Amino acid sequence: MTSPRTTPRMVTSAERLRRLLALVPYVVSRRSVGLAEAAAAFGMTERELVDDLNLVWCVELKAPDPYCPIDLSYEGGEISVSQAESIARPLRLAADEASALLVALRMVQDVTDRDDEALVSLIAKLEAAAGAAGAASAQVAVDIIPNGPMLAADIRRALTGGHRLHLRYYVPGRDEATERDVDPMRLLVVEGRTYLEGWCRLAEGVRLFRLDRILSLSVLDTPASVPEQAAGRDVDQGLFLPSASDLLVEFELSAAARWVAEYYPCESVTELGDGRLRITLRTPDTQWIRRLALRLGEVARVISPPELAAEVRDEAAAALAQYE
Amino acid sequence: MSKRRTERLLSIVVLLLSTRRHLTAEEIRAAVHGYPEQSDAFKRMFERDKEELRDLGIPLETGLTNPLDDELGYRISRQDYELPEIHLEADEAAVLGIAARVWESAALAGAAAGALQKLRAAGVEDDNSGRPGIEPRLTTQEPAFGPLWEAVRDRRPVTFAYRASGRAEAAKRVLEPWGVVNRRGHWYVAGHDRDRQATRVFRLSRIEGPVKMSGPPGSVTVPDGTDVRELVKGWNQSPETERKTATLRVRAGAGTMLRKYADGEIEPDGAGWDKVRVSYPDAGWYMEYLASFGPDVVVTDPPDLRQAVVKHLKGVLG
Repeated sequence: MTSPRTTPRMVTSAERLRRLLALVPYVVSRRSVGLAEAAAAFGMTERELVDDLNLVWCVELKAPDPYCPIDLSYEGGEISVSQAESIARPLRLAADEASALLVALRMVQDVTDRDDEALVSLIAKLEAAAGAAGAASAQVAVDIIPNGPMLAADIRRALTGGHRLHLRYYVPGRDEATERDVDPMRLLVVEGRTYLEGWCRLAEGVRLFRLDRILSLSVLDTPASVPEQAAGRDVDQGLFLPSASDLLVEFELSAAARWVAEYYPCESVTELGDGRLRITLRTPDTQWIRRLALRLGEVARVISPPELAAEVRDEAAAALAQYE
Repeated sequence: MSKRRTERLLSIVVLLLSTRRHLTAEEIRAAVHGYPEQSDAFKRMFERDKEELRDLGIPLETGLTNPLDDELGYRISRQDYELPEIHLEADEAAVLGIAARVWESAALAGAAAGALQKLRAAGVEDDNSGRPGIEPRLTTQEPAFGPLWEAVRDRRPVTFAYRASGRAEAAKRVLEPWGVVNRRGHWYVAGHDRDRQATRVFRLSRIEGPVKMSGPPGSVTVPDGTDVRELVKGWNQSPETERKTATLRVRAGAGTMLRKYADGEIEPDGAGWDKVRVSYPDAGWYMEYLASFGPDVVVTDPPDLRQAVVKHLKGVLG
């Protein structure tokens, strides 16, 4: 795996020093490493790596007697360090570094299995290696929306074994339970919710399914077959990408309904004073907007499109008629 | 910055790790290339170098150069510097790969990458092949996350402007932060509110403007037994409400979730309608939830819930 950071072209001297202090022990612990492999591991080009190696090799202490503490070579494209002196081991983990990994691992534990042996032992090893630097990680917690305990385990089993799934899945916008076969691709946890991403044979496309909306699930004996053109979503771009062809809906919210602007991805949010907001959002489906407007009652108004505002009023009137 | 500066800093690290006794600033200047002759310039440069090394987490130690002298010197203790030995099994290395990507597009992305780099430097071979398809992600869109995490990490009090839920104006808060919690996709900070002399939870997306440190590192004490996750959970939950039973008329084919959590049998109630009994929390949000079904759900009983839904729906008409 390559480093997730993009190639650092313009690094500060501190960042470069951090990299050098890792590079030397990286080679030492492997005896020798190919230039290409090391460059990939550090997310840089071979040329940048050679610059780094030359810099380390050039270090000279001039007193009491001049000497070069580090000796290395990269002849034939293979790096080896014959003398690394005092920097043969990497620097300890900083508090940020230890916490980033420990918090992430505990989250993985919550998503998959609290008793997973590999996770438990890895966390223990990292805590031991981090020492005091790991302490602050206890001050960060991640709480994801719980799912049926067996659901994630069944999906993981299907992923590992390459099985097709059958779902009964609730679509709240249409207040409808649907039945479908899905070839699983990934289990995603984004913004606190767990999703199954898979090739939906009903929709013939890649779809996301919220685990808390799966009414029931069975792992089929049929092998999964995800078409080659099926591409997973780039989750870092946000899960729900509005399309320009979607309808633009405008709401006015009073202070009591401000949460709507935090909960749903809005295209624009304007303060109107007294805590009131005007928001716009894009959606391919107006059914859930009508339900949202009915739920909000007097604390919100659909402003446009006017047809949608009229539909909301019609539905409220139809509902009221049932009570007469 | 310059290659020469990196070279100088690296030389200092190598020198101070190799020495047993503390070396004076002058001895360091004599051993390392790149320091100026002029004394004031050297002092300024050396101060900046020390700061930079400490920022990187290098444990630069200060002490007397010898017991008879009172001159201060520097060294780096190997024990404090070196990452302890760590060996991972293949299945552990596989989960490490998943964990390292959790922060990929969030505030601690650089920290996670730095940690992975050090672990690789310790000989760990991470890989991502062992476990198919599990990708947990954290995001930190709230600008307040960075400074609040630093404040929590360094135990420093903070001040910020906060707009409480449903309030029109933001008000200044002084907080001793105990921890940050991501609950259901949103970040919160929990701690001791100095002005209100009470434990408080704040949602990061409602913090307006900058978060400022308002005290030195180490000046916040987290009380023993504090569980920040529970604090945030408790803040989010509406107080326990009594559960009551309601009788609903639900249109055939509608109200899947109402049916799923129904109490007892669902009976036909005239053509195209079913009678569904539900146990519900006596709280406003549940009434609003029922109203969201529009003409597909009618509350038959109890009367107060029925009236509340009617009043709510009239509010939609305005």
